[in-house]
Amino acid sequence: MKYVDEFRDPKQAKKILKEIEILCLEIELSEDRPIQIMEVCGGHTHSIFRYGLNQLLPKKLDFVHGPGCPVCVLPRSVVDNCISIANNKDVIFTTFGDAMRVPGSKQSLLDLKAEGADIRMVYSPLDALTIAKNNPEKRVVFFGLGFETTMPSTALSIMQAKKIEVNNFYLFCNHITIIPTIKAVLDSPGMRIDGFLGPGHVSLIIGTKPYDFIADEYHKPLVAAGFEPLDILQSVWMILKQLKNGEAKIENQYKRLVLDDGNASALDPISEVFELRDFFEWRGLGSINHSGVKINNKYRDFDAEVEFKLKEVTVTDPDVCQCGEVLKGILKPWECKVFGKECTPEIPLGALMVSTEGACSAHYSYGQNIDLINKK
Amino acid sequence: MNKKYNGKKITMAHGSGGKSSSDLIKDIFVDTFNNDYLSTMEDQARFDMPKGQLALTTDSFVVSPLFFKGGDIGKLAITGTVNDLAMSGAKPLYLTCGLILEEGFPIETLDQIIKSMQKTAEEADVKIVCGDTKVVEKGSADQIFINTAGVGVIEGDVSIHSNNAQVGDKIIVNGFIGDHGATIMQHRAELAISADISSDCQVLNHLVQKTLNLPGAIHAMRDATRGGVATVLNEIAQDSKVSILVQEDSLPIRIPTRGVCEILGLDPLYLANEGTLVCVVDKEYVDQVLKIMQQTKEGENACIIGEVFDSPKGVVALNTLFGGTKIIDKLVGDQFPRIC
Repeated sequence: MKYVDEFRDPKQAKKILKEIEILCLEIELSEDRPIQIMEVCGGHTHSIFRYGLNQLLPKKLDFVHGPGCPVCVLPRSVVDNCISIANNKDVIFTTFGDAMRVPGSKQSLLDLKAEGADIRMVYSPLDALTIAKNNPEKRVVFFGLGFETTMPSTALSIMQAKKIEVNNFYLFCNHITIIPTIKAVLDSPGMRIDGFLGPGHVSLIIGTKPYDFIADEYHKPLVAAGFEPLDILQSVWMILKQLKNGEAKIENQYKRLVLDDGNASALDPISEVFELRDFFEWRGLGSINHSGVKINNKYRDFDAEVEFKLKEVTVTDPDVCQCGEVLKGILKPWECKVFGKECTPEIPLGALMVSTEGACSAHYSYGQNIDLINKK
Repeated sequence: MNKKYNGKKITMAHGSGGKSSSDLIKDIFVDTFNNDYLSTMEDQARFDMPKGQLALTTDSFVVSPLFFKGGDIGKLAITGTVNDLAMSGAKPLYLTCGLILEEGFPIETLDQIIKSMQKTAEEADVKIVCGDTKVVEKGSADQIFINTAGVGVIEGDVSIHSNNAQVGDKIIVNGFIGDHGATIMQHRAELAISADISSDCQVLNHLVQKTLNLPGAIHAMRDATRGGVATVLNEIAQDSKVSILVQEDSLPIRIPTRGVCEILGLDPLYLANEGTLVCVVDKEYVDQVLKIMQQTKEGENACIIGEVFDSPKGVVALNTLFGGTKIIDKLVGDQFPRIC
């Protein structure tokens, strides 16, 4: 397939892998541990497992799967609020598919749907707006989640709803922002990440400049990376190159899409509709200042939090969960006390077991037995 | 179809057992299915016991939309049951047809579906010999549900079982995978994706019968319907207590199907098929089985996709195009499209 296969060429991969191997030998760390690169975005985690990249890279290099899987970091209280909204008889609750399985404190949206609530999977917030237009007697709520990647389409749908005067459309806004999140990871005690694969889709919206502080203040390299396997390998190579030379720069591997200044047509609707929250509660990471957005006053008629009078409730994760440590790279998924025991993809306790992009779920599904097979 | 049904809809009367019921049965079902077993209008079909081992199966069909590129619910209702019988090496003989109709369902559409069932039954060389129709109130069912049961006969000493895969066996599929699932996806209006794909919906019994001319060649066989090729491979690996290693570069996937999967973040290995089988073949016979399949319409794109190993038992793995390896597990639930 054109424009896809070129980025999956095994011959090119071999060349880069060889160079990566040499670089890994040349890099000297102050302590005896692998080089740790955090891929911030769940899309990268997905690609790493899909193409078996972790199997191909030298043992001295470790991927730490970061907090960029928006489904994984949804706190249980948000799911509980979704359930209380969807429980209203006159509500059609619309959501992206992968949020359906996320457990709240009592049940998931999938459980509630089975009990008869009108919960529909959509592929875009505009689909939800169409449902609202077609069902004027119902209140139609869209569950907005994701980083800056999905914010513009949500914002545009709200602007469109206002323009065409659809008065039964609401957004339950749980969009989150990437920069404070990376900062929280960098500030966490015990943090030992050597470099970052920057989230490609988020960077497409916000550009690369907002990452400058990572190099300037924390002296860590970040490379904005695409999602094809060669993109990821090249980005890893770029990070290693910096580490070897003792540099810390923000670089852009994903130049075919990402501009340093981002995408103005996507950023404008975001600032038109949203404003920063003082703080947002993350599953596994706790509360992070200014890490989420909400609908601003101009568009408050479309705010589900106002319409359904939602309260800020905090529901903590089960004590045994060690998602936070895994997210920060302190623990490997299988080192968590409940991994594969009380916490499995069928009955996920912690956030990282929920989505296929979650580090624990990916390891559970793809990681077991792999060494035995590699011996063949 | 009798002109009196033009523009008419199914009413509760059609399921009451009275005159409307018997007229509908005669005009739509008996006339179309047209065979001596059914025409007697007894409460049961009667036939002589064939020689050999009997195989019996049942399947229910609910699909939205009812009509899609490459097939419809009626065709599916026949291929599904015929193929389930065929996977044991059985020759399918007789089918039943149970219908649950929603009040208000257009009789013309019903007629179209029944005609499609008959056409597919003729292709498979099976007869639909008895049936049942129930009507439920509007809203109690989604348009039409079909159940078909089928009986077939396994002749000679054919022994195909999912616990019979042996180390060294090769895995063959008869053609492109994922087309049915991708077709249904793009029909769902909310997606607004258009790709040139049609369902692979087809009967496989003739193809299977031809391979049986090589006694003992096929050790295990399943049709890769819901859950796709990945699920079937997992079932065989677990039942046979073996490991299966698949080569990604040998998987036959059409470019439009790949395209739909790339856009939605789905894996074609888990997409449903309705005319695709996975068979585990003795390595001595692989070339001959492939040749037989490739000479048929149903198997012209047949190819080897993997091999059976001893361990780790019950595990299916994939060597990726890129040179890595990953485990192909069973899905926990449905495949959901990813957010971004």
